Amino acid sequence: MREGGAVRLAAADERARRLGLAPGLALADARARVPEIVVREHEPETDRLLLSWIADWCDRYTPLVVEEPPDGLVLEIAGSAHLFDGEAGLVADLTRRLGGFGFSGSAAVAGTAIAARALARFGKGGIVAPGGEPQACAPLPVAALELDAERTVALRRAGLFTIADLAGRPRKPLAARFGAELVGRLAALLGETDPPLSPRRPLPDFSSEQRFADPIGLAEDIALALDALAADLCGLLERHGQGGRVFEASFYRADGATRRIEALSGRPLREPRALAKLFMTRLDALSDPVDPGFGFDMIRLCVRLGEEMSPAQVHFDRDRADAEALADLVGRLTARFGAGAVDRFMPQGSHVPERAVARMPAISDRQDEGDWQASPPGEPATRPILLFDPPQPVEAVAEVPDGPPFRFRWRRVLHEVVRAEGPERIAPEWWRGGKAEPTRDYYRVEDSAGRRFWLFRRGLYGQEGAPPGWFVHGLFP
Amino acid sequence: MQERSDIQALRRLVAAFEPPADSQEAAFTLGTEGPDEAIGGLRRAALHEVAAASEADAAAAAGFTLGLCLRAALTGATPERAARRAGGHAARAVLWVRQRYGEAETGALHPPGLRHLGFHPQALVEVRLGHARDVLRAGVEAAACGALCAVVIEPWGEPAVLDLTATRRLELAAEASGTPVFLLRPSGAAGASAARTRFRVAAAPSRPLEANAPGHPAFDIVLVRNRAGRHGLAWRVEWNNEDQRFAEQALLRPVVSLPADRPAAAGGPAAWRRAG
Repeated sequence: MREGGAVRLAAADERARRLGLAPGLALADARARVPEIVVREHEPETDRLLLSWIADWCDRYTPLVVEEPPDGLVLEIAGSAHLFDGEAGLVADLTRRLGGFGFSGSAAVAGTAIAARALARFGKGGIVAPGGEPQACAPLPVAALELDAERTVALRRAGLFTIADLAGRPRKPLAARFGAELVGRLAALLGETDPPLSPRRPLPDFSSEQRFADPIGLAEDIALALDALAADLCGLLERHGQGGRVFEASFYRADGATRRIEALSGRPLREPRALAKLFMTRLDALSDPVDPGFGFDMIRLCVRLGEEMSPAQVHFDRDRADAEALADLVGRLTARFGAGAVDRFMPQGSHVPERAVARMPAISDRQDEGDWQASPPGEPATRPILLFDPPQPVEAVAEVPDGPPFRFRWRRVLHEVVRAEGPERIAPEWWRGGKAEPTRDYYRVEDSAGRRFWLFRRGLYGQEGAPPGWFVHGLFP
Repeated sequence: MQERSDIQALRRLVAAFEPPADSQEAAFTLGTEGPDEAIGGLRRAALHEVAAASEADAAAAAGFTLGLCLRAALTGATPERAARRAGGHAARAVLWVRQRYGEAETGALHPPGLRHLGFHPQALVEVRLGHARDVLRAGVEAAACGALCAVVIEPWGEPAVLDLTATRRLELAAEASGTPVFLLRPSGAAGASAARTRFRVAAAPSRPLEANAPGHPAFDIVLVRNRAGRHGLAWRVEWNNEDQRFAEQALLRPVVSLPADRPAAAGGPAAWRRAG
């Protein structure tokens, strides 16, 4: 770590601390004290990544994890401690597992996040009984308030060294002298107020998880676990009258790696079989498969986005049942091939053929707007079923100024035109701005073999600058 | 007695394997007498293959397949459903799986054009994939769904994965779900296939409208394969987008032959029909 001109220690491990090397010490001094120390360049970015990796891993204890860079994590365990036989059990499990990865740390449990954090960083850690924050925090130094250096020094100058010194004083004069921030933090530290945490990931609406005493790794075991979780989660959804649109499965590997897989559903879903099938399809299609390594010791399934859904009913109406089966099919195809591969179409109010249609993912629930224009009654189709984008240039011989081509050469084949209709003039949409595009005159033509094409001439003879060119834009059946 | 019950058991076994008797629900027709009498309708729960006679006939093959989808939607509809459809209610969906490569060769599906042929694009789901293997996988998945009006599977060329086993899988999925599955082959030679029928389709000259404008889409179709009956038959049909049926062109009017030695535009510009 560089600070001014000096190179200083950013962090020191357990052994170095025992030798008296502390963060902040100049490297030259440290070398003078312990010549054989091993020094590595500080990489804040890597530290940050490591912290978020650990935070991912901590998801196993609670979905509400807050990163406190550079080296802290806050976990809200009020709702999940019972799964580990109480707070003590959870802390023991967490420190044991982290210790297994080679991390050392200090943990504290308290009624507010700030108190727990201060105890872990500046105290001895441990578990504070409800309401015990004032006593537990009393001996902590004022630095535990984590104000800026200037105000911390100011507090010390005023003879206020510990939290106990502050706690007994009237708050108003303190606020007047050291700012309202100090009073706010003090109140939180003493457990009087509890500022809300902002989790690093949005909390799921519903979730279901399963822990395994022996890590599982076989595909069949994973499928069984997903079946059970899906049944559990769907029961939850059913009770709350909801259906899920976005689901997430998190796989916690025994060696600490965490993998999250998301799956979308085209309709609110809460059928265990359909949900399990959706995830199995998704897992099957991953280009980077979920690697169980030495096995997963926990799997969680949660709903990231839910929707109101009426109670389950048997559909006697075949159309409704079909619509649901189609939505499930679209969901599975999307899970396997990606949202960009499965499309629906929406008409757009544009005369320019390539802008007449918008593609959108079939899984989106946007309703159809607008109407598709039918051909005039008694007339054959005037729009092709296959459209080239971009239009393909052809060499054509045509009557000047606005006759259809007599013959044209496309992909090296010469086509003799025997029937034609046109022109249908499609003017550029000037209101869209951008480069002015020339007018197009479209012709429906049929060649001597009976093949039908949609050709257009770009530009008019003797106008609009460049000489006109011919293009084939589409094919008719 | 014993023998008799054995025979009954065997009959039940055979009945389980045999397709149900051709009823209105089990088959659909082209809508024109010649082919319908000769073939007796196309089985709904089956795989049908539509091959373009040459790559240049890809659009014709696609148009003919779309016509078959529409026929399947129409003939299968119960009166109550047909009424609802007429009332603007969305029909059951058609899922069309295409290989992306085909898009560069023959263009992308253009929904306004589908609408002009009588197909409502809101009932279309298109799946575009890079590999023929994925096209077939998605096709089998869709064919097994049972909630679709029809499935169109369009791989490009002659992929190695499109063999007897793959087509057999499609045929079985179609039989199980009762959904007609069309294997559209815009290019490539026909290989071994478990399809129930195979049509070879080429574009045919249309009957011109006034001022020599191209008329309704016309196709030369050859039934090159038919597991259930006669094959090797050929017809020239055109698609009637108002009645939503095929019609035999020869029955309607003899094809107007045009002089081959001079361009069709000899009549001068005034003779052109203007549109738009």
